[in-house]
Amino acid sequence: MHLTRRRFLPVLPVLTLLAMLGPVAAGLWGTLLPAFGHLPAAGLTGPSLDPFRDLFDWGGLPRAVMLSLSTGLLATSISLAIVVLVTAGWSGTRPFRALERLLSPLLSVPHAAAAFGLAFLIAPSGWLSRVISPGLTGWDRPPDILILQDTWGLTMTAGLIVKEVPFLLLITLAALGQADARRSVSIAQALGYGRLTGWLKTVFPRVYAQIRPPVYVVLAYSMSVVDVAVILGPNTPPPLSVQIVKLMSDPDLTMRLEAAAAALVQLGLVIGALIFWRLGEVIVARLGWHCIAKGTRGRFDRVVAQTALLGGGASALVVLLGLVVLVIWSFAGFWGFPDAFPDAFTLRNWMRFGPGTLDALGETALIASIVALAALVLTIGCLEAEYRYGLSFSQRAVWLLYFPLLIPQTAFLPGLQTLMLNAGVDIGRLPVMLAHLVFVLPYVFLSLADPFRAWDTRMGTIATALRASPDGVLWRIRLPMLLRPILTALAVGFAVSVGQYLPTLLIGGGRVATLTTEAVALASGGDRRAIAVYGLMQTGAALVPFALALLVPALVWRNRRELRHG
Amino acid sequence: MKHLAILAALLAPVPALADIDPSNWDAVTTEAEGQTVFWNAWGGSTTTNDFIAWVGERVMADYGVTLEHVKLTDTADAVTRVLSEKQAGEDDDGAIDMIWINGANFAAMKDADLLFGPYAEQLPNWAFVDVEGKTVQTDFTVPTEGYESPWAMAQVVFIHDTADLAEPLGSMQAIADWSAANPGRFTYPQPPDFLGTTFLKQALVDLLDDPSVLSEPATDDTYNAVTATLWAFLDDLTPTLWREGRAYPATGPAQLQLIADGEVDLAISFSPGEATAAIANNQLPPTARTFVLDKGTIGNASFVAVPYNSGSKAGAMVVANFLMSPEAQIRAQNPEILGYGTVLDMDALSADDRAAFDTLELGVATLSPAELGAVQAEPHPSWMTRIADDWMQRYGVSE
Repeated sequence: MHLTRRRFLPVLPVLTLLAMLGPVAAGLWGTLLPAFGHLPAAGLTGPSLDPFRDLFDWGGLPRAVMLSLSTGLLATSISLAIVVLVTAGWSGTRPFRALERLLSPLLSVPHAAAAFGLAFLIAPSGWLSRVISPGLTGWDRPPDILILQDTWGLTMTAGLIVKEVPFLLLITLAALGQADARRSVSIAQALGYGRLTGWLKTVFPRVYAQIRPPVYVVLAYSMSVVDVAVILGPNTPPPLSVQIVKLMSDPDLTMRLEAAAAALVQLGLVIGALIFWRLGEVIVARLGWHCIAKGTRGRFDRVVAQTALLGGGASALVVLLGLVVLVIWSFAGFWGFPDAFPDAFTLRNWMRFGPGTLDALGETALIASIVALAALVLTIGCLEAEYRYGLSFSQRAVWLLYFPLLIPQTAFLPGLQTLMLNAGVDIGRLPVMLAHLVFVLPYVFLSLADPFRAWDTRMGTIATALRASPDGVLWRIRLPMLLRPILTALAVGFAVSVGQYLPTLLIGGGRVATLTTEAVALASGGDRRAIAVYGLMQTGAALVPFALALLVPALVWRNRRELRHG
Repeated sequence: MKHLAILAALLAPVPALADIDPSNWDAVTTEAEGQTVFWNAWGGSTTTNDFIAWVGERVMADYGVTLEHVKLTDTADAVTRVLSEKQAGEDDDGAIDMIWINGANFAAMKDADLLFGPYAEQLPNWAFVDVEGKTVQTDFTVPTEGYESPWAMAQVVFIHDTADLAEPLGSMQAIADWSAANPGRFTYPQPPDFLGTTFLKQALVDLLDDPSVLSEPATDDTYNAVTATLWAFLDDLTPTLWREGRAYPATGPAQLQLIADGEVDLAISFSPGEATAAIANNQLPPTARTFVLDKGTIGNASFVAVPYNSGSKAGAMVVANFLMSPEAQIRAQNPEILGYGTVLDMDALSADDRAAFDTLELGVATLSPAELGAVQAEPHPSWMTRIADDWMQRYGVSE
């Protein structure tokens, strides 16, 4: 028994890497072949450059490529700027703590639900326009202006920013703990630097070195996102990622060749943008040196900090107000323009769509709980193996964790689907779970790794002295003490799985209907009441586990004060 | 003779042997019990989704068949899947058991031998179907030959908000003129959405002096000559559209929300009863009404078809048969629920069922059969495919 277990544990890190990287590698391979004209399932053998030729013949390509680049770079730089400047100007103050407290709920709102909320708010006939019409504007009908689906993808960029700000803030907070920020800023301030300038010149370089991988993830994600683009993005033509999904679902199988070619272009774009960003880092670093050497103390600190806080506050407010307007629509009777509220409130919408959401909720919860649990087991296995065998994770290994998140989903998921098709593997729930695991594992690992490593190993030594086996230490001491971070990691994994759109759609082949796929499918129908009900259910599915992760430790450890916040 | 029969049986492809005989209804219902039918149907309309959910409850109660609605955004997705399954050698238990289908998708699947059948005319409820009066045996001019069974009749109508656009518009040219005078108040779903392409076809049919050329497959000559009129019409119309044609609603129902929001005043629909049902669901203002063009509008039937590789053909036939039952048809025609036209022949029904149809009120925004007027034929599917492709080149990447 002991023997087998001892052999099993070292296997877990390998298994984890395989679960994360295997599907990505296989998917890229499955994309590469058809992109060069090789698709045996359609009776085509390569190599040929026709798929690329077809792609370059498409009149919408230049703009689709532009959209992918502009949304990615804009969303990443703006959300990073907001987070850095808010942290620089306000960390430790009361407004900052208020933002911090909003973090978890904001993080767990799925991208699609946040996008719907934004759409319902800022459309020409959206809530904001209704509230001020006709009183302030004189509009008795909405103005004919292109806000949603705007040609430049600005609304879509905004939809990404409001979701990336909380993510980057969370990452920054984690990095801040190791950056010895407070003392640095105190010294800088004693030397006459403004709070914000002092932070930027002393703390930021150290923090950025740590948050660089997640920043790259945000860039890659924003360039290739599909669900937000479907809801908020332009359609004449759509961004490249949406075009790939469209080509993938064309009845003509040969279109998959073009889709694969487009997926490779998307991959190239992301790599190019990452290199571009890296160059930008070098330039910013040069400028930073210059700026530090000049010794300016920061005359505009106050204005910059207030603008940044406004940006951060606005992005949080948009998500929260978006949820409020979803609630109103879900109970709305007829609601014409420019009424600020519906004519009547009714339960009819929930009665109509509620039963359908329950089916989807069951599917969502089943997939999410199994995937989150699997990710947790693998993560604990890795961390415990690292602890017992004294392995250490280098900086390079951390990049390995982020690798699956850096490859655009639209580059390898179509290939994975084609591979499964060629191999005759049955589509359905299990492949979807494996695909989810690719995206869930890194987040669960990142969420649990620090608390797990920070555990006071002297507890283990004491237990061993009391004749506990290594397994006994793990099961009876370490894991119970880490109950809260473990549940949080589970909740993170659950929420990530709930929000997955493209893996569910492509790998599930339409047979696996989760709240997210159902909600995005409803987007095209434009029935705001149905969208609201599904969006709220989706948000709830992601939010409830977080609430449990707070509640359960408080109950279990109600008589163990020191463990309650462990 | 006997030996010949055995030989013939041996030579026949194996899947065909395993397939159930549609005319042996008892065997069909026996085999159907416990089967799960994945019905791939366009999921963009919440009223239709509700109706399909109800069908699921009914076939479960009566036949023990579990119906799962796979909500498609585009029926072509289902065609893709069956095709790729065939190419991957999945011939026995594909992911799809039944598809809501018509037009080009049906023609493509029938051409490629991807459909099970013929089965439709062996179903018990086929006896009630109005074969004479309704186009239930041809689909966009393509003969169905029992490879799909009808479940609803549809005809193009235009929904208008009488608060802003009081009088019906009699022709496509009148619509364009009105749109020019009221810029930003009209739009149509973005092709290749089926309702978007329907708008293009309806425009073509209405603009041509003699639309009979459309019933033949499009050739390069006829296509260029005929569609020049359409592109000229659209070039004039597009700048006057909602958002100047820089964005379009994704689907038909998305237009309803635009009317309710006061963004547009006029929308195309393929269901004469849709407006009434939408008013009941608070999706349209109570002032919404419908009209048809003076020369009539395009009409067609909605069908369901069973892929050749479905693992639940018996279950699918039970559902297809139930869809043609008076009970389901009465519910589908109820304007508060769905408002779809029935495929049944009133004279073939029992007195009770006929009475049930008669007591259905038309609904506040639904035109009577007489008001709906002449039904124009669907063009051959080849027109729709080419027009949709060209539209995307011309207007779909304009910005």
